[in-house]
Amino acid sequence: MRAGDNASTRASDGRAPGGAAVEIRGLVKRYGRTTAVDGLTLTCGTGEVTAILGPNGAGKTSTIEICEGFRRPDAGTVRVLGMDPADPALKPRLGVMLQAGGVPPAARAGEWLRVVSRFYAHPLDPEALLDLLGLTDHARTPYRRLSGGQQQRLSLAAAVIGRPELVFLDEPTAGLDPQARHACWDVVTGLREAGVSVVLTTHHMDEAEKLSDLVVVIDHGRVVAEGSPQELTGAERQLRFRARPGLNLDELLGALPPGSAAKESPSGRYIIEGQVGPQLLATVTAWCATEGVTTEDLSIERRTLEDVFLELTGRELR
Amino acid sequence: MTTLDFTPRPGAAPLPRMILAQAGAEVRAMLRNGEQLLLTMIIPILLLVGFSQAPLIDVGGSRIGFVTPGILSLAVMSTAFTGQAIATGFERRYGVLKRLGATPLSRAGLLLAKTAAVIAVELVQVVVIGAVALVLGWSPHGNPVWVVLLILLGTAAFSGIGLLMAGTLRAEATLAGANLVYLVLLGLGGVVFPLTKFPAAVQPVLGLLPITALTDGMRSVLAAGAGFPGGPLLVLACWAAVSLGVASRTFRWE
Repeated sequence: MRAGDNASTRASDGRAPGGAAVEIRGLVKRYGRTTAVDGLTLTCGTGEVTAILGPNGAGKTSTIEICEGFRRPDAGTVRVLGMDPADPALKPRLGVMLQAGGVPPAARAGEWLRVVSRFYAHPLDPEALLDLLGLTDHARTPYRRLSGGQQQRLSLAAAVIGRPELVFLDEPTAGLDPQARHACWDVVTGLREAGVSVVLTTHHMDEAEKLSDLVVVIDHGRVVAEGSPQELTGAERQLRFRARPGLNLDELLGALPPGSAAKESPSGRYIIEGQVGPQLLATVTAWCATEGVTTEDLSIERRTLEDVFLELTGRELR
Repeated sequence: MTTLDFTPRPGAAPLPRMILAQAGAEVRAMLRNGEQLLLTMIIPILLLVGFSQAPLIDVGGSRIGFVTPGILSLAVMSTAFTGQAIATGFERRYGVLKRLGATPLSRAGLLLAKTAAVIAVELVQVVVIGAVALVLGWSPHGNPVWVVLLILLGTAAFSGIGLLMAGTLRAEATLAGANLVYLVLLGLGGVVFPLTKFPAAVQPVLGLLPITALTDGMRSVLAAGAGFPGGPLLVLACWAAVSLGVASRTFRWE
């Protein structure tokens, strides 16, 4: 991961020449009385993978579809590769994978990919791309008879076949089995190595953590956090353990160094944050011993992106 | 695993290549679709054979000479209107039009490709229907240039109406509506039933339908060897201008 690189890209604020792949300032998108995107500002670096995370309805797809030129913003500015997203001259430079559909149900996978390849001046070889994504055996299968994962992979193939500079992938791995997810990740990694900028949306935290240079968490149409996966999860570590529910955490905190935090979530599972080290570990186990509390599964872990995500966007279902 | 060179090398293909690729895909889709073939080939040929052989209608002359121009007109309507409306309606529903909008193929390029595909399928229809008619003893008259002109303007008018439906209605509504309109126009438009069989009061109204104008024009040239079919061409041109104009303003790509 290149945490330093994307930090410097963002610090440039898009003012660097040829700087950002995508530059969004104060974007607003409304549908009737619903505000889907509410003053969103975001910069995606050239040659980087940017992952946009957010709960359903957070404004991810609206944002990405405005960048793709499918929708017009109600306010704010969007520049994609330095151009207006509606500019037709942008089309050959972009690769687009819609969240679903986009392929005629009766079209055969291989034939359709060949047709799409004919729209570009220097396309990748459709056969090689089918092979890379494990679709060679299904080249003659109509789209509607492909499994969900195969349909997703075909859409991914079409998004990259024109050798674009910037690729938008809207939930590329939704509903994929582990093998297909890894095939998709390999493509994203390959794109990044070749200098292609990638903007993707996902619900998979591990995916964002693994693939991206920049993670952007959006909620209610605004950016609530952004940074490299390391920056977001922090250097901070956690001490986790299980014990009987209802320990007196205030008393425990009294025994811990100042600045520590303790919580029980869910019942019977405890998380201690702060200067996590041998000293803290010893203090906690000693306190438990004097209280007659048996601890289980005691471990020291880094916060995961999922912890951060849930902290930022809450746990309630929507 | 194969490795591919993803290094960016963007660029749009030349417009003719894009149009040819898309038109080829559309032709394949039309010729592979069973329901479409029923509408564009099987029904017209069954009607051609049935109405030219069985004494179902009295046309006061060669039955095959009367029926064939009507069937050719029906073939144009089935492909340019019914088939295109249904296919485009579902393309809109399945996000195909949206996805194509993200490629270098422009909207205008897509419409040109669709038109080219419709004309290619019509060519197949004319050859097949013409061959069957010739076998049944058809002897066409008139100037082929007028026939081509009628078919082209008929295609424009029917495409306009078809795209107007496909671009505004839900896909299912387009499916039902396009089939219904096909049946109604088949019955009322002088395709196989002579217009003179209808009450005198409604005949002028029926004469303004695009299908009636097309069958009238085709019949005047192919059966009677008449000259420039100005009236029918004017009616078709009006339908084309209005329907394409409204369709281009109301069409929703998603």
